[in-house]
Amino acid sequence: MEVKNLICINCPMGCALTVEMEGNEVVKISGNTCPRGEAYGRKEVTDPTRIVTSTVKVTGGKAEMVSVKTKQDIPKGKISECIKALKDVEVQAPVYIGDVIVADIAGTGVDIVATKNIELL
Amino acid sequence: MKNYDIVIVGGGPAGLAAAVSAKQNGVDSILILERDKELGGILNQCIHNGFGLHTFKEELTGPEYAERFIRQVQDLGIEFKLNTMVMEISENRVVTAMNREDGLFDLQAKAVILAMGCRERARGALNIPGYRPAGIYSAGTAQRLVNMEGYMPGREVVILGSGDIGLIMARRMTLEGAKVKVVAELMPYSGGLKRNIVQCLDDYGIPLKLSHTVVDIKGKERVEGVTLAQVDENSRPIPGTEEFYSCDTLLLSVGLIPENEISRGMGVEINPVTSGPKVNESLETNMEGVFACGNVLHVHDLVDFVSEEAAAAGRNAAAYVKTVSLGTESTRQSDRKTDEEYLAERIPDKAAEQEICLIPTSGVRYTVPSTIRVSHMDEHLTVRFRVGNVYKNCYVSAYFDEKRVIHRKRQVVAPGEMEELKLTKEQILQYPNLKTITIKIEEA
Repeated sequence: MEVKNLICINCPMGCALTVEMEGNEVVKISGNTCPRGEAYGRKEVTDPTRIVTSTVKVTGGKAEMVSVKTKQDIPKGKISECIKALKDVEVQAPVYIGDVIVADIAGTGVDIVATKNIELL
Repeated sequence: MKNYDIVIVGGGPAGLAAAVSAKQNGVDSILILERDKELGGILNQCIHNGFGLHTFKEELTGPEYAERFIRQVQDLGIEFKLNTMVMEISENRVVTAMNREDGLFDLQAKAVILAMGCRERARGALNIPGYRPAGIYSAGTAQRLVNMEGYMPGREVVILGSGDIGLIMARRMTLEGAKVKVVAELMPYSGGLKRNIVQCLDDYGIPLKLSHTVVDIKGKERVEGVTLAQVDENSRPIPGTEEFYSCDTLLLSVGLIPENEISRGMGVEINPVTSGPKVNESLETNMEGVFACGNVLHVHDLVDFVSEEAAAAGRNAAAYVKTVSLGTESTRQSDRKTDEEYLAERIPDKAAEQEICLIPTSGVRYTVPSTIRVSHMDEHLTVRFRVGNVYKNCYVSAYFDEKRVIHRKRQVVAPGEMEELKLTKEQILQYPNLKTITIKIEEA
């Protein structure tokens, strides 16, 4: 049996969760004060996901960089691959919020979209 | 000299929300003065997500959150000037500002809303010995360099202070290829939000050393390393606990200071605890017609609360402007009430109305507002405050003079998270001649 220790992030309490796993199955979650803690613990050990934010270069715009994000959360294990795929991406101004910068990043099925408007210089 | 009903100093989240709210409350003559080249303030460099959960019920990045308000400002046709620095405001609300197009100019405002935000505490305030090599940045400066200008401040990083900007930058520098070796925090608890500790440090295996500080910086031209040491309960380094970390960059995330030079210059009274203006229930300072909101008033943890507070400041400033303007109109139309009659109705004699003082004590460091005039109160009033320590299983209590009226159980309160208490006008009216409301933490 594997035991994982987590801190719940749902509220300032920051409960110290202990999740007991049998293979990929969650057997027991303890340390939580409320049901939200249990749900968080389960998701974190079985399918942890994150929204990833970064920046890419812009040419011909009023700014050097445009901020971007994954449109939905992606598996935690894919973060570094996602960031690497963005390394040499360059876009042409103008760029608007929601524009797809890279489709299907790192094979996640999730698009990278712009989070800022960059007008033409 | 040009006249405006409301001049707003600062076009960040506070200034934008105040402008939108003032306009929606019926004031058309509004001008926002912003020193940067675009609206949005510090949100533009906060490219991470987590903004707007309260306001928009979704997680936005900083620039997206800013854009929602910028669009409202544009749609409402609110005037703004960029690249414009306010130099001075007189006690009669003459705003002196300058920019490249207009040079130095004066504006007469009926009301002023202070929304200048805050700045970061710098190395000079910390008494860290050592030379002054390159490679020491405040976390926010590094954030601007990385996210907006596309520069990396360094490759091997130590971060002092676990405020949210420091935590966010630990992750950001890691994603950009730097090695963040450690985050040191002087206090025995982090000043940042829990979710940032988990998602910015734990996710990337970055250690957080609580009760630790930097005692030496090595390097003459460029940072070569820093020495951390554990501190005792009086925050003094414990000899023998020193540990050397080689690095080329030290980021400081050691607190924010409201930027009140202009406010002080015009005679606004400052609360020494918040370093922000002392305000009444309308978020009005001791200077009539001068309001304050956002981080210039007190440092917030979530931008959603800044927007909410700024909307209240905008609403109150609009009400003030209408009172003053209507008073002037009535003098022109002799069949109407005189100024004095009108004002007597709207603004009860200052001397006649006793202000209720809010007193923070026993773990509560400050309250915003500091005073309440019941006649000017809306039905509901949000009192915001911060605590000075971590308290578990405690009560947040409010005493109306000697009587305990609010006694709310809290599982945990911490200095990193702003607290609030809602008061109602009805509640307060039940206590005539009320002089003080004391807010304190009571242990269970």
